[in-house]
Amino acid sequence: MSFGDQLLQYLFTGITIGTIYGMVALGFNIIYASTGIINLAQGEFVMLGGMTMVYLTTIIKLPMVVGFFLSILIVTAIGAAFERAAIHPLKSPSVITLIIITVAASILFKGGAMFAWGKQTFSLPPFSGEKPISVLGATILPQALWILGIMGAVVALLILFFGFTLTGKAMRACAANRTAASLVGINVKTMVLLTFALSAGIGAIAGIIITPIALMDYDRGTMLAVKGFSVAVLGGLGSSVGAVVAGFIIGIMESLGAGFISSGYKDAIALVVLLLVLFIKPSGLLGSRERGEFKKF
Amino acid sequence: MRKNNLLSLLILAGVILVLPLGLGNSYYLSVLVFVGIYSLITIGLSLLMGYAGQISLGQAAFFGLGAYTSGVLSAKFGISPWLALLAAIFVTGGIAFLIGAPALKLKGHYLAMATLAFGYIVFIVFNQASSYTGGPSGFGQIPRFRLGNFLFRTDVHYYYLVWTLVIVVLLVSLNVIHSRVGRALRSIHEGELAANIMGVNTARYKIQIFVLSAVYASMAGSLYAHFITFLNPTPFGFHFSIVLLTMVAVGGMASVWGAIIGAALLTILPEYLRAFHDYDILIYGSTLLVIMIFLPQGLFAGIFSLVKKER
Repeated sequence: MSFGDQLLQYLFTGITIGTIYGMVALGFNIIYASTGIINLAQGEFVMLGGMTMVYLTTIIKLPMVVGFFLSILIVTAIGAAFERAAIHPLKSPSVITLIIITVAASILFKGGAMFAWGKQTFSLPPFSGEKPISVLGATILPQALWILGIMGAVVALLILFFGFTLTGKAMRACAANRTAASLVGINVKTMVLLTFALSAGIGAIAGIIITPIALMDYDRGTMLAVKGFSVAVLGGLGSSVGAVVAGFIIGIMESLGAGFISSGYKDAIALVVLLLVLFIKPSGLLGSRERGEFKKF
Repeated sequence: MRKNNLLSLLILAGVILVLPLGLGNSYYLSVLVFVGIYSLITIGLSLLMGYAGQISLGQAAFFGLGAYTSGVLSAKFGISPWLALLAAIFVTGGIAFLIGAPALKLKGHYLAMATLAFGYIVFIVFNQASSYTGGPSGFGQIPRFRLGNFLFRTDVHYYYLVWTLVIVVLLVSLNVIHSRVGRALRSIHEGELAANIMGVNTARYKIQIFVLSAVYASMAGSLYAHFITFLNPTPFGFHFSIVLLTMVAVGGMASVWGAIIGAALLTILPEYLRAFHDYDILIYGSTLLVIMIFLPQGLFAGIFSLVKKER
């Protein structure tokens, strides 16, 4: 394999994994934009999505399509239940309380998954075949195309949802100004519930589509959450376009770093980027200018 | 310092002094040594959380930096443990300043995420820099503390050493709380904007407390390294940062006494709950969640005020 082929190969891998990070970041952004909460349990939704899918399709042996939608439904319900149980009862909580609660929920989900499925790593068959497609000397797994395609579909659906449905518009109104939104008759508390459900659902999708490539175990969530947050901050918190772009950037950096520098330090790359962004430009790449981007989404 | 604090401190010192006489068993003493070591960290964390209103999700990393700096310097470079402890304080404090200064100028969750990311980076370095740290399997032969010809060899020696340091740290912390810095921190808690307008440099005080909490954790790390005489990365991961957080939340965030009680409870209880060892994250998770939702002032203050409300 020539250097160019190798580079292309790393690029493909980076884009695939970056898509997942981007989706985790989208989940962060949706909740952050309408509630100001950084939901540290976001990575656990990804883990739960993957694990539920494995359980439904390989252990209960449901068909893939049924398993796919049922897993999303289950994790969405878990996200909603989490909001009702832990966020809803709080009266004017401080940032510190919210952080601790989402961290606590995150390790609770992790512990629950360990309790239910044990510590082993699970795999999932790819959606369609394992035969790699070769492109310009490098290869792409068919699953990578699924990942990109499903990410595209999710983004398109989100644009339609936030742009053209009454509920979507109401959620945007809450993001813009909660008091004003409640004054025009929007039930803000219900919208908060919906944002958690929606974020959980998106996380679950990310988990389901990545498992055939990256495998899944109970302990994946926190690292995914931190990396997803790095992506969200690099893209600018609240900027959805930023999340997608920054996802690709960090995914590619990580894959290049693992290939050319050291695979042992691979996981540190996103985190170093996070620290650097916080130090140099906390508003992120697209943050300050396009803070209102969410409203268009 | 207030009178009742001084009284509590004297009572604590008395209890510490006589406790080993009642406990012949060295196993219990070693548990109490760990309670002391963890108390050092939780006292700092409670200053940070309860007084400065900030949160660190990477306190275990500062603990680890203290332990590894101390361990590597003394075991591999032959530097005396006391000097190694001092060097570790400067290294850890310096790094905490570099992380905290930019993050603390931003909103609350940025420090949380910066410390979380930092914690993971440190953990990865401990695992990867194997020529110094021995990688995942760790390294040993870390020398113990000595004073002249006196070697801190037994658990009793170490018990008194650790708890003396806890008392010193408590004294310093109580003074900080009741000093200008403490008043400024409380004003941040009440309303940062108002404090700023009154001329309180809130960012500077927050950084000072953050660095102080890291220094406490570093000292705890050094004590740990020279007590266990062996280091591997496992005790310094994200999981332990959460355990520390739970200790502080159980004890009540805005109380350095609560921090010690929390550390004691969550160090001693698990010793009796060995059977649940694998599922301890379930216990920590639900404890944290329940306390934050229902008793945000901590277990004791929370129950106390609930009882008072009932009457």
